[in-house]
Amino acid sequence: MARRISPRKVVAPPSFIGFKPYGVITENTDSVELLYEEYEALKLADYDIMNHQEASKLMGISRPTFARIYESARRKIALALVEAREIKTSYGNAWMEKNWFVCNDCLARFTIPKNITARTCPVCHSFNIALLNV
Amino acid sequence: MSKTVITSSGNTLTSKFDKRFGRAEFFCLLDEATGQTSFIANEFKDANHGAGTKAAEFMVEQQVNKIISGDFGPKAKELLEKFDVQMVILQEELTIQAIVDRISKK
Ligand SMILES: [Zn+2]
Repeated sequence: MARRISPRKVVAPPSFIGFKPYGVITENTDSVELLYEEYEALKLADYDIMNHQEASKLMGISRPTFARIYESARRKIALALVEAREIKTSYGNAWMEKNWFVCNDCLARFTIPKNITARTCPVCHSFNIALLNV
Repeated sequence: MSKTVITSSGNTLTSKFDKRFGRAEFFCLLDEATGQTSFIANEFKDANHGAGTKAAEFMVEQQVNKIISGDFGPKAKELLEKFDVQMVILQEELTIQAIVDRISKK
């Protein structure tokens, strides 16, 4: 059985879908998938210059969990820079207050209460969901 | 345990999906684990005001986890959000059976 992942609170999703390198000498078609919570961890620690204690509290997770997410974010960014890979953002395990989602397969619009861990459409069970209010 | 409500215009599976929440004719209760359905008449549908709020309170009392309807009023939304009830909005013309099938097709 898959481990239950606690939702990570993300205040604002990234304002982009992805990042693309340009002027690349050897093209690498593999992209790096940056999760919303990784983006949020990186933002809180290195953009808002918050310490891990404060940042983990804000995201509703433990400090070790925060440290792990932050580390993962940094490694992905480094990988993307060094290997000139594209960065694509992905929903991951984030949850946002008062936000609505849309299923790209059946067009259902829905909320995801914080007691629900599945990131799938509540009607057709598709994983192809997106935030409605980005 | 997942208890799902679908707003319905009648009390059978062939009934049309009712896009109103507080003023829906019936509520179809679906147990997603077993696929069993039952129908209850919406006693708040003719309420002068606050049909949405009353229906939302009823859902919370019944420990419903998910509600599928066409729209939710602001007060119902607020209440359902507070009690972690998942709200789902569909805009298609569907029968209750079609919605049940879509959910059951895992
Ligand atoms: Zn869907």
